[in-house]
Amino acid sequence: MLVSVYRYNPETDREPYMQDVEVSLPEGKDLMVLDVLNLIKEKDQSLSYRRSCREGVCGSDGVNMNGKNGLACITPVSEVVTGGKLVVRPLPGLPVIRDLVVDMGVFYKQYQRIKPYLQNSTPAGGRERLQSPEDRAKLDGLYECILCACCSTSCPSFWWNPEKFVGPSGLLQAYRFLADSRDEATEERLAELDDPFSVFRCRGIMNCVSVCPKGLNPTKAIGHIRDMLLSRAT
Amino acid sequence: MTGLRKLSFDAVVIGGGGAGMRASLQMAQSGFKTACLTKVFPTRSHTVSAQGGITCAIASADPNDDWRWHMYDTVKGSDYIGDQDAIEYMCSVGPEAVFELEHMGLPFSRFENGRIYQRPFGGQSKDYGAGGQAARTCAAADRTGHALLHTLYQANLKNNTTFLNEWFAVDLVRNQDGVVVGVIAIEIETGEVVFVESKATVLATGGAGRIYASTTNAHINTGDGIGMALRAGYAVQDIEMWQFHPTGIYGAGTLVTEGCRGEGGYLINKDGERFMERYAPNAKDLAGRDVVARSMMTEILEGRGCGEHGDHVFLKLDHLGKEILHSRLPGITELSKTFAHVDPVNAPIPVVPTCHYMMGGIPTNVNGQAITQVNGKDEIIPGLYACGEAACVSVHGANRLGGNSLLDLVVFGRAAGIFIEEQLQQGIDYRLASEDDVDRAMGRLNSLDSNDNGEDTAELKRELQNCMQNYFGVFRDGEYMKKGRDELNAMRDRVANIAISDKSKAFNTARMEALELQNLFEVAEATAIAADERTESRGAHSRNDFPERDDKNWLCHSMYHPETKKLTKRDVNFKPKTVDTFEPKVRTY
Repeated sequence: MLVSVYRYNPETDREPYMQDVEVSLPEGKDLMVLDVLNLIKEKDQSLSYRRSCREGVCGSDGVNMNGKNGLACITPVSEVVTGGKLVVRPLPGLPVIRDLVVDMGVFYKQYQRIKPYLQNSTPAGGRERLQSPEDRAKLDGLYECILCACCSTSCPSFWWNPEKFVGPSGLLQAYRFLADSRDEATEERLAELDDPFSVFRCRGIMNCVSVCPKGLNPTKAIGHIRDMLLSRAT
Repeated sequence: MTGLRKLSFDAVVIGGGGAGMRASLQMAQSGFKTACLTKVFPTRSHTVSAQGGITCAIASADPNDDWRWHMYDTVKGSDYIGDQDAIEYMCSVGPEAVFELEHMGLPFSRFENGRIYQRPFGGQSKDYGAGGQAARTCAAADRTGHALLHTLYQANLKNNTTFLNEWFAVDLVRNQDGVVVGVIAIEIETGEVVFVESKATVLATGGAGRIYASTTNAHINTGDGIGMALRAGYAVQDIEMWQFHPTGIYGAGTLVTEGCRGEGGYLINKDGERFMERYAPNAKDLAGRDVVARSMMTEILEGRGCGEHGDHVFLKLDHLGKEILHSRLPGITELSKTFAHVDPVNAPIPVVPTCHYMMGGIPTNVNGQAITQVNGKDEIIPGLYACGEAACVSVHGANRLGGNSLLDLVVFGRAAGIFIEEQLQQGIDYRLASEDDVDRAMGRLNSLDSNDNGEDTAELKRELQNCMQNYFGVFRDGEYMKKGRDELNAMRDRVANIAISDKSKAFNTARMEALELQNLFEVAEATAIAADERTESRGAHSRNDFPERDDKNWLCHSMYHPETKKLTKRDVNFKPKTVDTFEPKVRTY
């Protein structure tokens, strides 16, 4: 199979290029894209990419495969190959450090900006804070985010305003804490999001939903935040 | 150390998994200048893959639950070589540590009354084994590790821990007095080598499951901390003790639940024979995990394995029919399609006993202080600490109970943090590292970088992993282990002679993988020697040639000494502080 991989080494390359590599795949097996990258790397050590759990839970290996973002470790080649060719590029919209490795700095910055931790100053006593199963269920579909950045880097609004628009992943996490019955900082959290860019740059394009490898729905979470902001304003 | 940049901290924690981040959180909360140095962004650490939960007697499912019952189960599960003072500490302090996680925001599942949900797990009992099955494992659905890891990362952000993300620790730096004063590390993005100096160095580098060809472990689990400790000449404890699961997907290692066999699935060899009928005529495929795993290895070693290399067996499920598979085992159907490229409706799943957890590691006391053994006596290594899977405190002994790994890493990450805090408050004085001290720690990296013609990482790694898989797996035998030791012996020089073709600096993963392989090799060799020398069967260490537990000679820890490559013994602690000793008994379930 022909694999076209994005290559860029800041020490030796003046500009990035696509490298075509012929990879012989084992018969009768549908490899993951990560397996293919590993095969290439066995022959050419200089190819760099991130990987860790290889089962879709750590979020290391978000890449762009034939035009669509996803995790290389749980994306079968057959699912993305078009015209007999696999094209692997780094996640779009972020600076490339080398090959498929992007600088996630601005993505993590937006995550930190929403204060992604529980805020509750009431003493809890010697036991856990109680939470009803119904209240706990409100966190489902939110806390599972693996910070792979597939969503935010597929979002045109985030491409345009990565410094000002929190982006789908950060907003999903913002809502995870807004929705937590144990959190006491709702007002402060909303106040920090209440500007034309942080939330309202979302145009409902829904690329985030279409690419999320965990099946989460950032657009829906953003809708909830909008509702909270709007009812706060009235 | 010409030109080497230096960063200085009160404490540096190597590893951003659960143990490391619990330790760094503790110290950062007290305002000490704390760095968490991790080769991957923290939430990519392997703690993220833990599913079932964290076992702890928080008395939620059963208001009368008692940490002493949990302690009894853990001692018994360890096959009596877990240290009872450490197990006592873990089980009694556990509830406090778990409640702290909840207060930080960990989204535990809940019971109707709003308390933390707990589920039953293997090896759990009430009333010291007399009161039936307990439900003691606190869970956040089946993503407890993910929830725990993200919560700890978030708490560290809140408390301003300095994260050195995507930094790779190469080797320990020691001063002329033998005090550990930091590490040499590579900032992966730039390739810059930095001396990270610290008053306390905590190894929280996790396991090393990648010494085996088939493992549930992440790519990153390469025993970096163990490698650093062994190269520094420190002993490791009970390193022969590795936990295996019978059914990991061949090639990928992803776990396939025992529930498949519960639903009527069974294992077959290359002749299509349901071989478990020979090994366990009554329970067959539902015999104990160790029995099933051993039987599978026998089939493979005797040439009845499946596939081109005869190195796995099949788990047959197709006779159950599409409806049952889709209604009762949808997750497995999905996993199998994803990772074995096989639809179990039509074809059997290739499986192999799969390395899962390293019970052994760097010996420590309950304060996380690393210990080595000199002339048969314990000695504390000044400046060095360990916690989590990299450490052997030892709460798991020869066999870990499910749900105890997350408790271990939280309780002992915290304990190490608390102890280091106290030390820092009292003041820690040591002589600064000299240029020679730093140069010594640079030796391995320099030799890798200056080698132009040598061995290939990928090829050697494959040989190493196959050797460990074939000779030091679930089922062990002196004769096979001798062969394995010979192969490893022949590999040592080659591992030291790895050459990388790519010597560039920016995000050079080839350099990292070479360094990781050298760590894997240290762990593998220690495992091989300790396994061969422990002439008994206990817990996960199961030998054909010594099938019985031998309490007369081996009711003790093993200590592997890297410089002499010899094994010595170390006493197990049988003196808990507040309860009576649990005396060794025959272990039956």
